[in-house]
Amino acid sequence: MPKPKQPALDEASVQGFKDHEVITPTRNLKSFGRKAKIRVDEFGFDMEAIERAEAALADLSGEFDDWMAKEVERLTKARDAIAATGLNADTRSALYSAAHDIKGEAATFGYPLAARIADSLRQLLDGIDDDQAVPLGLVLQHVEAVRAIVREGAKGEDHPLAIAMADQLGAATNQKLIAITGAPSIAP
Amino acid sequence: MIRIDFNRLRFLVIDDNAHMRRIVRTLLHGFGAREVYEAEDGAAGLEAFTHYMPDIVITDWSMPIFDGLELTSMIRQPGANANPYVAIIMLTGHSEKKRVLESRDAGITEFLAKPISAKALYQRILNVVVNPRPFIKTKTFFGPDRRRNHNSSYVGPERRKGEKADVIKVQPLLDKTKSSV
Repeated sequence: MPKPKQPALDEASVQGFKDHEVITPTRNLKSFGRKAKIRVDEFGFDMEAIERAEAALADLSGEFDDWMAKEVERLTKARDAIAATGLNADTRSALYSAAHDIKGEAATFGYPLAARIADSLRQLLDGIDDDQAVPLGLVLQHVEAVRAIVREGAKGEDHPLAIAMADQLGAATNQKLIAITGAPSIAP
Repeated sequence: MIRIDFNRLRFLVIDDNAHMRRIVRTLLHGFGAREVYEAEDGAAGLEAFTHYMPDIVITDWSMPIFDGLELTSMIRQPGANANPYVAIIMLTGHSEKKRVLESRDAGITEFLAKPISAKALYQRILNVVVNPRPFIKTKTFFGPDRRRNHNSSYVGPERRKGEKADVIKVQPLLDKTKSSV
């Protein structure tokens, strides 16, 4: 791909103070916004732009089940690696990464309760540094819960069994963290 | 009301997860952006930043080689690259307060927690376009002013020495078209 034209280098104005400088870049992005008569929502956002983006995302959503399955496959491989070699830096990293990605993506893919459980798993790993102290049984329960939710197609936030699993795993994680580290998860 | 000219903005999306890159790209194109570049780790992101000179960088936190926080620190080096003032939106699954503060102190412009939505992404972009902040440079920090608001009821110690620095007027933008001539 050809290199785009380079904009001019910035020349910033600098105001010096005793222990800091205030720099006002001459180049900011204000010229990319302009006053216009547009349809806005309650926050003053351009509704047409947002609706176009939401429609584009809806068009993409046909891919989401496949993408979610791939993320669950990653999580499953990470589980299998732990079963084979135990929890160490590499297997922990792979599991954490898979859980972290599911936490960030699953709600977009239609599985917010899988995201909640993945977040609970992430917090469990975040909260316990010592590999030997990580409760592997609870780790595996998280993995199996995410797998079950996706396998059963439990989308949305109102699947009773998925809610119960998310609640119980979250509570069990907090109890373990308090028992092992003396503190619950730091997440809000 | 403000309409953003997305078709003139150049974006760089850095995320090691291909699904997330595709989602962000889709949303940006939906907004009307034409130029959206991608990189899959911090090192490739830094190279793409230097090559493409984006107006807005949207980066993940957790990535191989070096992460989004380290990438931000490398970009926020006055004199080390062509645009240390570039707008950086940290898009991450890490939503804990300490992570928000850590990324703020690394010099990000906006923070956006996953899961992503069209509205939340739009709001962060609108903010970097409409409300540019001056940059503060100290011995230990270089980045957008972390004081977004002037709190008249603040009674703690003044941590910045010298005269008041909250009256700096933001200069108008050198129009991109003019600057590229």
